[in-house]
Amino acid sequence: MIEKTVAELSGSLSRGDISSVELTQAYLDRINQYNSTLNAFVTVCEESALTQAAQADTARADGLTSPLLGIPLAHKDIFCTSGIKTSCGSKMLHNFIAPYDATVVSRFNDAGAVMLGKTNMDEFAMGSSNETSYFGPVKNPWDTDRVPGGSSGGSAAAIAADLCAMATGTDTGGSIRQPAAFCGITGLKPSYGRISRWGMIAFASSLDQAGPICKSAEDAALMLNAMAGLDTKDSTCADVPVEDYTADLNNSLQGLRIGIPRQHFAEGLSPEVEQAVREALGVYEKLGAQLIDIDLPNNHLSVSAYYVVAPAEASANLSRFDGVRYGYRCDNPVDLEDMYKRSRSEGFGDEVKRRIMVGTYALSAGFYDAYYRKAQKIRRLIKQDFNAAFQQVDIIIGPTSPHTAFTLGAKTDPVAMYLEDIYTIAVNLAGLPGMSVPAGLADGLPVGMHLVASDFAESLLLNVAHQFQLNTDWHRLRATAFEEGH
Amino acid sequence: MEWEAVIGLEVHVSLSTNTKLFSGTASIFGAEPNTEANIFDLAMPGTLPVLNKEALRMAVKFGLAIDAEIGKRSVFDRKNYFYPDLPKGYQVTQLDFPTVGKGSLTISLEDGSERHIGVTRAHIEENAGKSLHEDFHGMSGIDLNRSGEPLLEIVSEPEIRNAKEAVAYLKKLHAIVRYLDISDAIMAQGSMRCDVNVSIRSKGSTELGTRTELKNINSFRFVEKAINSEIQRQQDVLEDGGTVIQETRRYDAERDTSSPMRSKEFANDYRYFPEPDLLPVEIDDTYIEAIRATLPELPDAKSARFVSEYGLSDYDAGVLTATREMAEYFETVARSSGDAKMAANWVTGDLQAALNKNNWDLAESPIQAERLARLIQRIKDDTISGKIGKTVFEAMLEDGSDVDQIIESRGLKQVTDSGAIESLVDEVITNHPEQVQQFRDGKEAVLGFLVGQAMKLSQGKANPGQVNQLLREKMQ
Amino acid sequence: MAFDKTEVEKVAQLARLHISHTEKDEVTGRITDILALIDQMQSVDTDAVAPLAHPLDITQRLREDDVTESNRRDELQQLAPEVDEGLYLVPKVIE
Repeated sequence: MIEKTVAELSGSLSRGDISSVELTQAYLDRINQYNSTLNAFVTVCEESALTQAAQADTARADGLTSPLLGIPLAHKDIFCTSGIKTSCGSKMLHNFIAPYDATVVSRFNDAGAVMLGKTNMDEFAMGSSNETSYFGPVKNPWDTDRVPGGSSGGSAAAIAADLCAMATGTDTGGSIRQPAAFCGITGLKPSYGRISRWGMIAFASSLDQAGPICKSAEDAALMLNAMAGLDTKDSTCADVPVEDYTADLNNSLQGLRIGIPRQHFAEGLSPEVEQAVREALGVYEKLGAQLIDIDLPNNHLSVSAYYVVAPAEASANLSRFDGVRYGYRCDNPVDLEDMYKRSRSEGFGDEVKRRIMVGTYALSAGFYDAYYRKAQKIRRLIKQDFNAAFQQVDIIIGPTSPHTAFTLGAKTDPVAMYLEDIYTIAVNLAGLPGMSVPAGLADGLPVGMHLVASDFAESLLLNVAHQFQLNTDWHRLRATAFEEGH
Repeated sequence: MEWEAVIGLEVHVSLSTNTKLFSGTASIFGAEPNTEANIFDLAMPGTLPVLNKEALRMAVKFGLAIDAEIGKRSVFDRKNYFYPDLPKGYQVTQLDFPTVGKGSLTISLEDGSERHIGVTRAHIEENAGKSLHEDFHGMSGIDLNRSGEPLLEIVSEPEIRNAKEAVAYLKKLHAIVRYLDISDAIMAQGSMRCDVNVSIRSKGSTELGTRTELKNINSFRFVEKAINSEIQRQQDVLEDGGTVIQETRRYDAERDTSSPMRSKEFANDYRYFPEPDLLPVEIDDTYIEAIRATLPELPDAKSARFVSEYGLSDYDAGVLTATREMAEYFETVARSSGDAKMAANWVTGDLQAALNKNNWDLAESPIQAERLARLIQRIKDDTISGKIGKTVFEAMLEDGSDVDQIIESRGLKQVTDSGAIESLVDEVITNHPEQVQQFRDGKEAVLGFLVGQAMKLSQGKANPGQVNQLLREKMQ
Repeated sequence: MAFDKTEVEKVAQLARLHISHTEKDEVTGRITDILALIDQMQSVDTDAVAPLAHPLDITQRLREDDVTESNRRDELQQLAPEVDEGLYLVPKVIE
C-alpha cells in the first residue's frame, strides 16, 4: 500500500479499502523503521497526524471527497507550520516554533491532507547534497553511502523510501529537481509566481519556488491543483488562473516538438546518464514527438549569474537572523556587535556564511555594477535564450544532473558543488516551470530527465511527463532495500 | 571673511494610514510596547510585504501639491544595515525611482519677499522601531510598534541659506501635509522629523564646503537654534585654520551644542538593491488625475484668495492660512459675521492670544467659529460696543452659554436710550465746567475727554456715537 | 578583482559575521574560487542589455488600508531570547 501513488491511494480511500488512520499509521511505522538510517525527517508529528487522519476519515464518512483527503504528506522544513518546529536545517532556528502556517501548508490542510512531519534539508536550502543541514546529512535510499541531492533531500529520500505518499519541496536553483533525479522520483518546480511564497523561509526571493515531490506526474498534477493560485499575501504570486492540471495529462504527444539543447549534452555529462536520457527521448519519438536540436547559448553563464543573484538576495534575506526577536542568540554577549557576530557565526553553518559573504561583497560599494547589475543582464540573456527556443519547440528535454548521486563527503569544493546545478539553474533565473522524472538507471542509480516548458505551461509539462510514465516503469522502481516487506 | 551657509533638509513625515506600509498591523501612536508588532513587522521568517494602497495615494497627493513630477513607475529597494530597531536588517525604501520627483514650494520671508525652494524628491519608506536606553538590567529595550510605519522622506535641494529660511520651509511643509490630511506632522511625537545638512563657504563662492548632518531635532525652534549653532561651529573651526569633517552630529537642545554621533570606524555601505519581494509600482494618468481632483485649496492659493476676496493684508492672510484649521475657522467667522476684516482682527488678535496664553489647540478653544461670529454680529448691530466686546469675549472663555445670554445676564448691553444718555451727558457737563469752556473756546480735542468721561459713567455701555453727538449739541 | 584578507574582514563586518583568525585563509581562498566562477560572466558584452530584476513581468498589487492583524505580543515574545516589560532586550545600544 505504502508504495502507491496519491492517485491510487485516493481511490483506495474512497472505496474504503483502507482508512486514512491505517494509512497514516503505516507510514509512521515506516518512518520509525527507516528514519534512523535515512535521516529524512527532522520532526515527526505522530499524534497530530493520527488526529488529522481520523478527522479525514470522519469527513469522508460525512460525504466529503477530495483527491488529497486523508493522504499522508511531509513538508520540507522550510515551510512554516504553526505550533511546530520550523528549523530550515539550521542551528539558527533549531528552537523556532513557527507562529503561523505557510500558505502551502494551509492549502494542504484545507485539502484534508495529513501532515506526517517535516523533512531535512540543506541549511536555508543552500546546498545540492543535503550535507549542509545542521541535523546531519540525509542518505540516499538507493545507496546510503550516497547523497540524496539537495536542498530538498529529505523530501526526496522520504518519497523514494515510501515514508510518505507526497512531499513538498522548494527549488531555487534545482533543489526539487536534482534530488528527485538522484532519488529516482518525480519533482516539479512550477513557474515563478505559480505558488505563494508566504511562509516559505526565503533564500533568494526572485528565484525560490515551492513544488511537489512525489511518485508520478499525475500526483504532481494533483498536488499542484492544491498548491497553485493567487495569494494576496505574496506580492510576487501571479494572478494567473489555475487550471485543473490533471485535465491534459492524457493529451496525445503526436507532433510535439521537443527541443534538445546542445549545451545540455556537452562536455561534463556522464555517458551513462546521456545514454539513459537518449533512450527516454526514443520513447517520445515513438509517441509521435519530433526531436529538434536547439541552442541555449548563454547556459554556461547561468551558474555564474546565479551565484551573484542568489547570494545577494540571501545576504539581505538572512539579515533578520540577528538573535533579537527569535532564533539563536549566543551566550553572554559582551556588547551589541558581539551579539550580532557571534549569534550569526555560531548559528549559521559554513556554506550559509560563505554565501552571505559572497552576496554582501557583490552588493558592496564599487562592485554592484560589475557583479549584481551584470548578473541581472545575463539573466535577461538567459531568459531571451528560452524565449527564442520556445518559438521553435514546445518543450525542452535533457538530463537533470550531469551524473547520478555522488558519495557523501565526495564534494568538498563549493565550486564543484555549484556546478551540479548546471542544467537546472537557468530555469530558475528565467522563472520557467521545470520537472525531473526518472528515466532509467546508470550503474544501479537513478537518472533524472529534465523537462522545461514556457511560462505557466505546467499542464503541458505534466502531460509530457505523464505520457512517458504511462509508457515506462522507471518511476515505479524502488531501491531493493526499501521495497515494501523488505 | 564673510561666510554663507548652504542648507538642505531631509524631512520625514509619518503618513497617517490606518495600517503599516507593508502589513495589516494597526499604526497608532502611543500603544503599549510591541502590541503593534506582528509577524511581518517582527520579520518572522517567511513573511512577505504587500504595499498599502493608501500610503501610495498619500505620497502622490503630496507630489501633486508641490507640483512635482510623479513617478509612473516606482521601485522599492532594500537598504541594508544592522540595528536592533530594524527587524529585517534592511529598510525598504525607494532609491532610483521614487514616487515623487522634482518639485518646489514657496516660502515667505520676514521682509515680505518670497523664495522658491526646490524639492529634489520624496520617497516612500518604512520607519524603524525605537531603542529605549533606560536601564533594563544593563540592556536596551526594543519597541517595534513604529517599525514598518509608512514614511514620506522629503529631500530639499541645498538651496536654503539660513536658519530662518529653513524654519519657513519646514513650516510650509508642515502646513502642506496637514492641509492634505496625510500626516499629523507633530514634531514632538516624531511624526515629523528633520535632518539638516549644513555646510558653509565664503560668500560668493560656488564650491560647496564639507557638510555635516544634524539629527535629533524635534521642534521648529530647535531647527533654528541647531542650524545657527552649527554654522557658528563650522565658522570657528575654519577660522581657527581647521577643517570641517563630514559626519553626523546629534543636537542637544538643552546645551545648544552638537556632538558627533556615529563611529566612523566602519563607514556605512548600505548595499542597496531592488527589493525582490515587491514588484514595480505602476500608476497611470487616470489614477493621478483622480487624486488631483481631491486636492484641497493649498496655503498659497488660499492666502491669495483671502487677500482678493476678503481684502486682508498679505500678512494677515499668511497668518490665517498657516494651518488648515485656522483658515477654516476664519472663513466660518468671516461668512457668518459678514465682516471679514473684523473676523481677521479677532482671530489674529484676541483669539490667538487666548490660545497662546492657555496653550490650546484651535480645536480646544471654548470659542468656536460660530460663537465668535455671533459676538462680531452683536458689535456690528450696536448691541454692544467694540470695547465691551472684549469683555464679552473674556466671559465667553469661561462661560459656554450663548453670546446673547452672556450680554444679557451681565448687563453689558449698550445703552442707546436717548433719555438715559442725555442724563449722562448732563452729568458730565455739570462736573467738568472747565473743559466745557475750553471746548466752547474752540479746543475740539477736549471732546474726546468728555466722551470718555460719559463712557466711564456708563461703565462702557453707552453708545459712543450718541454720546458724542449729544455732547456737541448741548455745548453749542 | 583580488579578494584578500582585508576584503574578508570588511565584508564580514558588513554582514556581522565573525571570521576567526584560523578560518581567514580558508574563507579567503574559497571566496576567491567562487568569484573566479562568477567572473566568467565578465566575458560577455552586455552593454546593450537591460537588467532583469525579476522573472515576472507584472506590477505590484496594492493592499487595502484595513487592519487585519491583532495583538499577539505575549505569544510572539515566547520566541524571543530575552524580553522584559514587553520589550525585546539587547546589549546596550550605543549611538
